[in-house]
Amino acid sequence: MGRVVLVTGVARDLGRRFARQLAAAPDVDRVIGVDVQPPRGDLGAVSFVRADIRNPVIAKVIMREHVDTVVHMSVLPSSGSGSSSAAKELNVIGTMQLLAACQQSPDLEHFVLKSSTSVYGSSNRDPAMFTEDMAAKRVGGFGFVKDINEVESYVRGFARRRPDVRTTTLRTANALGPGLNTPTAAYFKLPVIPTVLGFDPRMQFLNDTDLIDVLEHATLTDIGGTFNVAGDGVMMLSQAIRRLGRPALPLPGFAVGPLGSAMRQARVADFSREQVAFLAYGRGVDTTRMREVLGFKPSRTTEQAFGEFAASIEPGVVSERRVRAAENALVGALGGNRDTTTSGELHG
Amino acid sequence: MGDAEIIPIGTRGKPGRGTGSAKPSSSARGLAPKAATKTATKNPTPKPLIDPIGQGVFDAPSGQVPAPRTPAEEVARAVHPAGARTAERQPTAGIPAVDWLAGFTSAAVEVFGADWEPRLAAFLAFLRRRLTGDYTVDEYGFDAEITQYFFMAAIRPVAEKWFRIEVRGVENIPSTGGALVVSNHSGTIPVDGLMTAVTIHDHAHRFLRPLGADLVFRMPVVSEIARKGGVTLACNEDAERMLKNGEIVGVWPEGFKGIGKPYSERYKLQRFGRGGFVSAAIRTGVPIVPTSVVGAEEIYPLVGNIPSLARLLGVPYIPITPFFPLLGPLGLVPLPSKWIIEFGEPIRTDEYDAGSADDPMLVFNVTDQVRETIQQTLYGLLMQRKSVFG
Repeated sequence: MGRVVLVTGVARDLGRRFARQLAAAPDVDRVIGVDVQPPRGDLGAVSFVRADIRNPVIAKVIMREHVDTVVHMSVLPSSGSGSSSAAKELNVIGTMQLLAACQQSPDLEHFVLKSSTSVYGSSNRDPAMFTEDMAAKRVGGFGFVKDINEVESYVRGFARRRPDVRTTTLRTANALGPGLNTPTAAYFKLPVIPTVLGFDPRMQFLNDTDLIDVLEHATLTDIGGTFNVAGDGVMMLSQAIRRLGRPALPLPGFAVGPLGSAMRQARVADFSREQVAFLAYGRGVDTTRMREVLGFKPSRTTEQAFGEFAASIEPGVVSERRVRAAENALVGALGGNRDTTTSGELHG
Repeated sequence: MGDAEIIPIGTRGKPGRGTGSAKPSSSARGLAPKAATKTATKNPTPKPLIDPIGQGVFDAPSGQVPAPRTPAEEVARAVHPAGARTAERQPTAGIPAVDWLAGFTSAAVEVFGADWEPRLAAFLAFLRRRLTGDYTVDEYGFDAEITQYFFMAAIRPVAEKWFRIEVRGVENIPSTGGALVVSNHSGTIPVDGLMTAVTIHDHAHRFLRPLGADLVFRMPVVSEIARKGGVTLACNEDAERMLKNGEIVGVWPEGFKGIGKPYSERYKLQRFGRGGFVSAAIRTGVPIVPTSVVGAEEIYPLVGNIPSLARLLGVPYIPITPFFPLLGPLGLVPLPSKWIIEFGEPIRTDEYDAGSADDPMLVFNVTDQVRETIQQTLYGLLMQRKSVFG
């Protein structure tokens, strides 16, 4: 008999695509999608249950359907409209209720949490690359960083109480992909991209299909534990903005916050406090464990994931095509017809 | 000027610049349009001409021979004879594109030399790659390209011309594999770190990866440049990670105690932290290269501090030197002391097993050995140095 999987947060694009892909996997009998809102697209073979995970209904669904695997991927930062306290209610209280329901279920064998690398926070005291056993340097934290840390600690508590359940936590980097709507994508789609003056953070990205693949891999293997998931390599924010060909608007650190909340009000982009810290200090995570223990290798590096995203949106004013054209014109005027693509690198 | 030549003097009544030939030069003809011929004959003395290649003003009738024209000048003249009327001579009348091109060409020859074409193309390709973000950084944010061609090029003249750094024992920096360069720290502003980095780059052809305090990463602009230049946070995780990857890691264990000590305590090593750098070296089995820098103490002699203001700004100290803040920004110019950087004989750590990194007694002993080596070398170098600015 195959697996019966319950997936939370299927109204979101990523959740819906993951649930559909999982339903097509040979070892999986049934996939039940849960969310408070109906999904925006086609769910295919996935059965949808419109329920709030804070509601006891969820426990009944898990019992009646003999769910053996729960994939919890509805822990999200507050979206543009919602306040951070509402997000906390959904994330922390929702996870508590879901775990309480799981603990009662005798059929449950696997629990997968889609966490985020935000769990490490961002500060000037951060090591270059976080490994899984490190914690956020700034204790306490705020907003989503605090939420996700609490969620993870509840999941660890659950793993202690139910040692027979394999528990996997995936700390994923910012997902980017063509057509994917996330706060990160909204930020990079701004015509002029605000940055923190004098800081150039390191960032890692994960291609959206890689994110879905790693969730599927973690759901179907028998390996438990906590894993960082990100594309190989890092990019600087300045580099990413240049690849988009968009102008950057460096603002002093104290001005980014107010601008962010104004944009949040206008629902243009999401700038929470932790987002501002991330734009100043950045973050990198070590993915050795993902490759060696979990046995997953992302198909795209950070640069490739960003490149695919950049190709899918309209290029900015300083696009690569224009820069190349200007260069060709200049070289052509000075030295006759020369092809810059064949010209050598600097100093040989 | 020994061999005298017979030079015809004057223009012999003809307008133009006394080339001595019967035919006036093209520019001379341009200067004397037909309408002005009569005036020219009435007053055969032309006005002083300004030499177009900037050798000064000379008077044509006083009989000096102009320098031979350069080929570029000749080209410019041929393609664009001087306008005859004032209206034609107005700068807004437009310099033809050909002239601009000739100008650019000669400028390019000046800057890039004879093979300017491929080099200019390469330079433009470099600009394009920077502008479109087509480069890679390593996981610490180190941008090798900009460091090599920009940061190093900017620091190098200071190292060679201003501080006249004398380098000793460069063979002690391994050409491959990891090593931990441990150095004394001084000079109010960490200029010694920059100088050690450029010295290792130029003499040992390796990039130094310095470890910086968390304050570095809190300061705007400084944090951005530091990451791109290869600095990472001074913590055990980063140090071990870099050493494992075979990098040359630079550490200044005295920290702010060393760099911000008063001038009266110059060349007296402060406490070497908690020896974290030694345990990182033992865990990764890389050699420790004790490095002594002489000269950095004198660049900004620290004679005072404003602790209250420092606390307010959250920095370790606000320096007062004999010239800062008295002379304002001018006081920020470092004094041109003579520097000596000596890389000492490496201290091997690969014979200890990895577990001994947690043995505090061993770590203290090795820390002390490194500290003593640097202190003794400093005294030795000071004895050899003739004077501070020598």
